[in-house]
Amino acid sequence: MSDTPSATLEIRQPKDLAAAIGMVNVQINGCWHQFPKGTRMIEACRQVQVAVPHYCYHPKLTPSGNCRMCLVQVGMPPRPAPGQEPQRDTLGYEPITWSPRAVIACANTVSENMGICTTSKLVESCQAGVMEFLLINHPLDCPICDQAGECRLQENSVSHGRGVSRFADMKVKKPKNVAIGPRVRLDDERCILCSRCIRFMDEVAGEPVLGFTQRGTHTTLTVHPGHLLDSNYSLNTVDLCPVGALTANDFRFQMRVWFLKETPTIDVNCGTGSNITVWTRENTIHRITPRRNNDVNSDWMPDSHRLNFHYIDSAARLTEPLAKAGTRHRQATWAEALQIIAPQLKAVAPDQIAVIASARMTNEELHLTRILAQKLGTPHLALVPRYAEPDALLIAADRNPNTSGAKLVLATEDPYAALDGIRNGVRAGSIKALIVLGEDIISDAGFTAADLGRLAFLLHTHLLANPTADAAHLVLPTAAFSEKRGSMVNLSGRLQRLNRATATPGNARDDWEMLRDLIRAITGEDPAIHNLEDIFTQLAATIPAFTGLDLAKITNAGIPLIDTGYKIPLLENERARIAAGVING
Amino acid sequence: MAVVKLQRPKLGPGEAIYLTALFKGFFLTMTHAVKSLLGKSMGAKDLASSGLGVTMQYPEQKWDEHLPEYYRGAPALVTDEQGRERCVSCQLCEFICPPKAIKIIPGEIPSDDPWAKVEKRPAAFDIDMIRCIYCGMCEEVCPEQAIFLRKDYVITGLSRKEMVHHKDKLYQIGGVRTGLVNKWNELK
Repeated sequence: MSDTPSATLEIRQPKDLAAAIGMVNVQINGCWHQFPKGTRMIEACRQVQVAVPHYCYHPKLTPSGNCRMCLVQVGMPPRPAPGQEPQRDTLGYEPITWSPRAVIACANTVSENMGICTTSKLVESCQAGVMEFLLINHPLDCPICDQAGECRLQENSVSHGRGVSRFADMKVKKPKNVAIGPRVRLDDERCILCSRCIRFMDEVAGEPVLGFTQRGTHTTLTVHPGHLLDSNYSLNTVDLCPVGALTANDFRFQMRVWFLKETPTIDVNCGTGSNITVWTRENTIHRITPRRNNDVNSDWMPDSHRLNFHYIDSAARLTEPLAKAGTRHRQATWAEALQIIAPQLKAVAPDQIAVIASARMTNEELHLTRILAQKLGTPHLALVPRYAEPDALLIAADRNPNTSGAKLVLATEDPYAALDGIRNGVRAGSIKALIVLGEDIISDAGFTAADLGRLAFLLHTHLLANPTADAAHLVLPTAAFSEKRGSMVNLSGRLQRLNRATATPGNARDDWEMLRDLIRAITGEDPAIHNLEDIFTQLAATIPAFTGLDLAKITNAGIPLIDTGYKIPLLENERARIAAGVING
Repeated sequence: MAVVKLQRPKLGPGEAIYLTALFKGFFLTMTHAVKSLLGKSMGAKDLASSGLGVTMQYPEQKWDEHLPEYYRGAPALVTDEQGRERCVSCQLCEFICPPKAIKIIPGEIPSDDPWAKVEKRPAAFDIDMIRCIYCGMCEEVCPEQAIFLRKDYVITGLSRKEMVHHKDKLYQIGGVRTGLVNKWNELK
């Protein structure tokens, strides 16, 4: 009986309901939504699929608010006079008084009972005005600009621009085609001064080498005197640049982006397994860019990994099976090549055969490798370790992309352990036949050509010509990472999927097909594997961690599989910045 | 549905034996034969025919001067008054080309070139004339006024390879075009 009707009404106000869970009520284009306190207005709009055009804002960087493109109209409830009760509509929201001036959505946060309007006359005229100012000094050289087709200035010009310039004076001249780093080219006339690249180098890459000089319309982006933009993360500034001011030397004038097909896949240059997009046209890779995954690589990737794809199309690529005849190799068909293998391996005892595989193989391929070793009856199976100096961001010390997967699939704590034993066995003559899958063991595993010369039979599979292939009795051409499907587990235990962007050249085959044919040639029985999904089904049935999974369930974002305790340093930095409220993330 | 019944016309005895029509036709043919022998056929002057009637002795004689301004013949690249290749290899024509006849490999202009400011030009520009359908979309889409359909229509070759026009051939057909918009001049 003590509850008065007004008290219960107080509690039911939307502002109280939202505040109880740390949210605020915001009206966006007439609809009420709830957002966590501290959300930036632009981020709130994005979450409810309201497009706010912008250049300088990026969710992973601090807002700088200097492009002025994200202007929106905001409104707040009127401040009540002393003692006056605020008015409320039937839903419990206070009426909104709209401000006559627009504010930028990127640097302001939402607050209780706020109204945001992105479609009013005021906003449209603001956007048109900002576009006109940005285009005053822009050279409009879209036909030669690499950014054309993915340029924010082009896109916003179409949707918010006026189409015709009213500017009658001379455009400001600025430096063009400046090599500000070994991999990046700068065109200052195209720059719209959004400062994304400056903030990225400062906040994420940790090498603040970029900055603005001069004032007013003469403001120029440049690299600090005595410095170069030579960070291993410099090409991320090219991705970030909303216009064509920063372009990549490697991709410069290679291909227009509207011809390119995007394939989401993962990077295989280190254990981080950065998510990437491979851009191809007619079986040629033209560039690789990072793909957002907040649990792996955020929005970034290192240049060294990004540019490491030219070998796929190089002259060293193997395209036909090669069998050694005397001292030289001759081209063979797959049928001939597979017929050679079984008699050669049957001539030696099972424990005189060893298999050296690669932690660059997918889980499916490693599964087949394990079956191959079982069928051969050999206990000697090892992978080749590959360690180098890590950086404090994304590059891991383990440069093999699938060490975690190898541990799971081969059911061993250290898949590299047996390598020394095999090498000593080859030198001592106790190992007479060697199957080397996807590794150049002369360059990477401490073998010498003389060691391999002792072998009665050396079968080598690789995608490139290399010293080990020179010494091999039979060489089988296989697929590059962009040419195959499959799954890998990264260092932090995330199961990720490779997708196929290009086809294998010539008669090179996908690794799993090659391994299946190898098993068939050795055992003489059909392993009943018809596609990659069949292998994953077997994998899910044998390895407990993979139970209940299939390739489709992995999705392009990957799924956490095991907890290895490995932390990616760049993500730790980013999470700390999100927790501190510096970025929205 | 309405059914309309048509009545065959009743023929008179003269019409029924067709002789009248036969002679009428014969007379008309002979009139033209005599006219052509006298060189008085309709349009004979325009065609500048060397033979009988309106027969043009192709390929010795051609219709070329009668082609209209808007005639769409072989596509070709042009240079401007200053001898600059106008094409900057933006590849829009390659993109728009309905039969995919155009293939461009872009290249960078070296920094010691007088036109280094333009930065980009085609390293290779091939048009497969077997594929070309003379639609003129390349000319329409070109943002640099670099490709035009000229009046050349006799494109022949003994092999498929010969039917591909490379860059030098395209510039040879295209020649120089003056009076076009010049946006790469120093002050622009």
